[in-house]
Amino acid sequence: MGRVGVVTFPGSLDDGDAARAVRLAGGEPVRLWHGDADLKGVDAVVLPGGFSYGDYLRCGAIARFAPVMEPLVDAARGGLPVLGICNGFQVLCEAHLLPGALVRNDHRTFRCTDQRLRVEASTAWTSEYAAGEEVVIPLKNGEGGYLADEATLDRLEGEGLVALRYVVPEGGRNPNGSARDIAGITNAAGNVVGLMPHPEHAVEAGYGPDPRTGTAGTDGLRIFSSALRQLVA
Amino acid sequence: MAEPTTATAPQAPTGPGGGLDTVERAASTPDVAQPWRELGLREEEYGRIREILGRRPTSAELAMYSVMWSEHCSYKSSKVHLRQFGEKTTEAMREHLMVGIGENAGVVDIGDGWAVTFKVESHNHPSFVEPHQGAATGVGGIVRDILAMGARPVAVMDQLRFGAVDHPDTARVVHGVVAGVGGYGNCLGLPNIGGETVFDAVYQGNPLVNALAVGVMRHEDLHLANATGAGNKVVLFGARTGGDGIGGVSVLASETFDATGPAKRPSVQVGDPFAEKVLIECCLELFAAGVVEGIQDLGGAGLSCATSELASAGDGGMHVELDRVLLRDPSLSPEEILMSESQERMMAVVRPEDLDRFMEVTGRWDVETSVLGEVTDTGRLVITWRGEVVLDVPPRTVAHDGPVYERPYARPSWQDALQADTAAALARPTSGEELRATLLRLVASPNLADAGWITDQYDRYVLGNTALATPDDAGVVRVDEASGLGVAVATDANGRYGYLDPYAGAQLALAEAYRNVSTVGARPLAVTDCLNFGSPEDPDVMWQFQQSVTGLADACQVLGVPVTGGNVSLYNSTADTPIHPTPVVGVLGVLDDVARRTPSGWREPGQALYLLGTTRFELDGSAWAEVEHGHLGGLPPAVDLEAERLLGDVLVNASRDGLVDAAHDLSEGGLAQALVEGCLRYGVGARVWLDELRERDGVDAATALFSESTARVLVSVPRSEEVRFTDVCSARQQPALRVGVVDEPGDAAVLDVQGLFVVPVAELRAVSTATLREAFGS
Repeated sequence: MGRVGVVTFPGSLDDGDAARAVRLAGGEPVRLWHGDADLKGVDAVVLPGGFSYGDYLRCGAIARFAPVMEPLVDAARGGLPVLGICNGFQVLCEAHLLPGALVRNDHRTFRCTDQRLRVEASTAWTSEYAAGEEVVIPLKNGEGGYLADEATLDRLEGEGLVALRYVVPEGGRNPNGSARDIAGITNAAGNVVGLMPHPEHAVEAGYGPDPRTGTAGTDGLRIFSSALRQLVA
Repeated sequence: MAEPTTATAPQAPTGPGGGLDTVERAASTPDVAQPWRELGLREEEYGRIREILGRRPTSAELAMYSVMWSEHCSYKSSKVHLRQFGEKTTEAMREHLMVGIGENAGVVDIGDGWAVTFKVESHNHPSFVEPHQGAATGVGGIVRDILAMGARPVAVMDQLRFGAVDHPDTARVVHGVVAGVGGYGNCLGLPNIGGETVFDAVYQGNPLVNALAVGVMRHEDLHLANATGAGNKVVLFGARTGGDGIGGVSVLASETFDATGPAKRPSVQVGDPFAEKVLIECCLELFAAGVVEGIQDLGGAGLSCATSELASAGDGGMHVELDRVLLRDPSLSPEEILMSESQERMMAVVRPEDLDRFMEVTGRWDVETSVLGEVTDTGRLVITWRGEVVLDVPPRTVAHDGPVYERPYARPSWQDALQADTAAALARPTSGEELRATLLRLVASPNLADAGWITDQYDRYVLGNTALATPDDAGVVRVDEASGLGVAVATDANGRYGYLDPYAGAQLALAEAYRNVSTVGARPLAVTDCLNFGSPEDPDVMWQFQQSVTGLADACQVLGVPVTGGNVSLYNSTADTPIHPTPVVGVLGVLDDVARRTPSGWREPGQALYLLGTTRFELDGSAWAEVEHGHLGGLPPAVDLEAERLLGDVLVNASRDGLVDAAHDLSEGGLAQALVEGCLRYGVGARVWLDELRERDGVDAATALFSESTARVLVSVPRSEEVRFTDVCSARQQPALRVGVVDEPGDAAVLDVQGLFVVPVAELRAVSTATLREAFGS
C-alpha cells in the first residue's frame, strides 16, 4: 500500500480531509508535521488546503520556510510525487517548485462553488483521467487567481504543463480571474502538481459536489488513486 | 505617586487621584468619589458592592463588578423570566441532556458514546459599529464556548438581520458582516452549514448578527468551567492581552491618563482566526493528554469573567498575579487587563504535576502560556498587581449573585389595534396572470430570494462531513464516519410574527426549526436560543420579552425538547424604535445514519408531490402582505404543536423507511415559495393542481399559494412507495393530499400550476438569484 504523507502546518484546514481521501483511494495516509524536517519515508506528499500561518504575509510565503519543506523540496526535485491543493499550491509556487503565483480573486470575495474543470495533462496525479475529461470538484478560496508572466504562460501551454483548466461557460468568466483559465499546473517531470480546486472534497458520494452538478460527487478520488497506482507500477 | 507612562513600563494606575488603588487604600479612603455611574452601575448597585465588601471597592473591583453586573453578563433583567426554561423542563426532557443551562454550552447525548454541544449567541452591537470585526469575533466567541466544553467544533451557522435592502447604509453592514463571518469561519476550517438572512427596516440602525456553533465529543471528553482543587494552577494561554474591547472601563483610566498616555480604547475587539485555529488544535491536544481540570474561554468581560466564574463554580477561591498576564500593550493598567476582551484566549485549571506536559503541548503549537496563580480554599478571589492586593472579593457575588430586576412590563396600548388590522381587507390576486406576477415578485423579494451571494462566501465542504447545507431545510453533519450517525441543526425566527404576538412568535420560531429538522429526517432533541429584543426599561419591550420566553418554554414542554443554553441581547433599537421581538431558536436533531437524510428538492420525474397539513386563511404578517402591500397587522398563523409533533414523527419515519425522496417545509411565502425552492434545488420542474386543496380547505387560489399556515411540508414520494406512504399518513391521521407530480429536468423545466400559470424554472432562477447580487455586487 502506498504511503502518502499529508503535511500539517499551523493553520492547515483540509489536512484531515486529504488524509481521508488518501485512505479512500486505497493508500495509507501518514501525517507529517511542519516543524519536523522528516518525510518519514513516504512515497508521495500532499500539501493540503488552509491558511498556513494565517496567510498574513502572503499565501504560503511563511510555510515555504517550514523545516519539513527542506527535505520535501529536495525529494520533489528527485521525482517524489507532490500535490499542492489550494494553500498547498500557493506553497509550491512560493517554494519555486512551480512557476507563477496565486493572487486575490478578481471579484474580491471568497467563493465556494462546485467547479467544472477539464483535465488537460497526464501527470503523476491525473493519469487516471482521460485527456480532456470534464470533472466537477469544489473550489473554495479568496486568493485563487493564477498569474505568471506571458512568457511563462506560453511555456506552460507549449510544453503541455497546464494540468487542469476551469471550464468557463460561453461569455462567462473563470471563478477567480486566473490567467488563461488555469486551475492547476505541473512541473515538466509531471510529479509535482498544484491546483486550486479541492479534490479531497470530492471523494465520497453525498459529501462532495451537489447532485445538481450531474456528477456522483466523487470526481476528485482519481487524483489520489492516480498517484497510488503509479507507486504500485 | 503616579509612575511615568512609557512604552515599556506598565502604566501606573488608576485609582482615584492617581496611584495604585489597593484594597488597603480603599479601606482607608472610604469617601473618595468613584465613577460608578459612568461604568453603568446604578446607585443602589454601587451601594450593594460597598455592602458586600464592607468598604468602598478598589478601582479594579469596581471595574470587575460593573462589567459582570452589566446586562450582558448578569442577565439581570431577563433572569426572572429565563427561569421558566429550567422550571418547565421535565424529567423526560432531560433524558438526553448531559449539561443544561448555565455552562458555556449545553451538551446532548446522541448515542454510541457521542455527545454534541451547540449554542447560538449574539454579537449585534459590535457588528453595527464595525461590521467585519464585530461579526468575525462573534464567530470566534461562540466557537470558543463550544471548545471550552471539551468538544471539537464541527460546524457554524449565522443568523443575520439587516436593514432595508435598498437603504444606503445596508451595503456597508452586509459586506462587512458577511466578510467577517466568512473570513473568520473559513480560516478556522469550520463548514458553514446554514443560517438566516432577513432584511427589514426595523434592523436599520441595529443589525442582528447571531452565530451558532456545533461541537462533537466522546462522553468522557466533557469538560466544565470550574476551578477546583486547592493548589491547582490557573493558566492563561492563547493570544496576548491587548487594549481592545475595553469599552466603558476606559472612564476609569481616563481619570489619570495624561496627554501622552493611551487614549480611549476601541470598544470593538479585533479577531485573529489563525490564532484561534491554533488554539483549537492546541486545546484538543491538551484535552486528549488529560492535563486540563477545568477550562473557560475568555469572551465578554475577559479575565474578570473567567476568573470570577471559574472560582465561583469551583471551590470558591483563587489567587491571581495580574502582572503575569502576557501583554500586547505593556502600558495597560490592571483595570484594563481585567476588562480587556482580546480574543483567542483560554483559561485552564491544571494540576501542578501536569503543568510540564501542559506547557509541552502549548509549546508545540507556539501558543503563549502564563501561569497566573492558583486555586485556593479561601472562598475569596484575590488579585495582586506587583505584590499589592488590588482585588479581594467573594467570587460568587461577582459571577452568580448579581442584581436581579423585576422590570415592569405591560401589554402595549397599541397591541389591540395592531392585531385588529388584519390582512383580510387587502386585495388578493385571482387570475392566473396576477398570481404568476405575484409569485415572481415574492421570489425576487430580498427575504425569499436566493441567498447564494452570501452563502457562497462560506466554506461548506471543509472537514468532509457536510451532508446537507443551505439551501436545504437544515444543515446536516456526520459525526461518526463508521456508522453514519450525525446531527441536523436548523434555526428560525420571524420578527414580524413576534411583533404581532410575541408569545406565538416564539412558539412559531421553535415550531419551524423543529419542523425543519424533522424534514431532513432527524429526530429533534434539544434547543438553543438567542433572544434579541429592545430595551428592558421599556415596559412594552419587557412584555414582549416575557411573552416570548413564556411561549418558548411552554412550547418546548409540549414538543419535549429542552432549552440547553443560549443568550439574551437587549437594548436593540433603531433610533427610539425597538426591533421586532426576534427570538432566534435553534433545534438540534439526530440521524442514526445521515445517508438517509432528505434533501429539499425533487429529482425523479413522475414522483408524486404530497402536501402534508392543512391550509387556512393565514396571510397576516406574511411575506405576501409585506411584499405586495407593505402591510404588517393582524395575528400570526395559528400555532399547533400537536400537529407539528405528529408531522415530525411522520417525516422522521418516512425518511428512515425510504418513503420520501424530498421534503421541504412551508414557511414564509407559503406553498408557492416551497414549490419554487423545490424546483430550483435540482432544476427539476413540477406540475401542480390546487382544486382539491382549495375544496378540502375552503380557500381561494391566492390563499392556497401564499398562506403561511404552519405544520405543513411538501414531500416527493416515489411511485413504488405511494401506498405505504399514504397508509402511514392515514394511520396517524396526518392530513396528506396529492397536489402534483415531479416533472422534467433540464432547460425546458417548468413550474406548472395547472389552470392558472406556467413559469420556466430558468426564469425562477434568474429572478431569485438576481436580487442580492444586484444589491451587493459581484
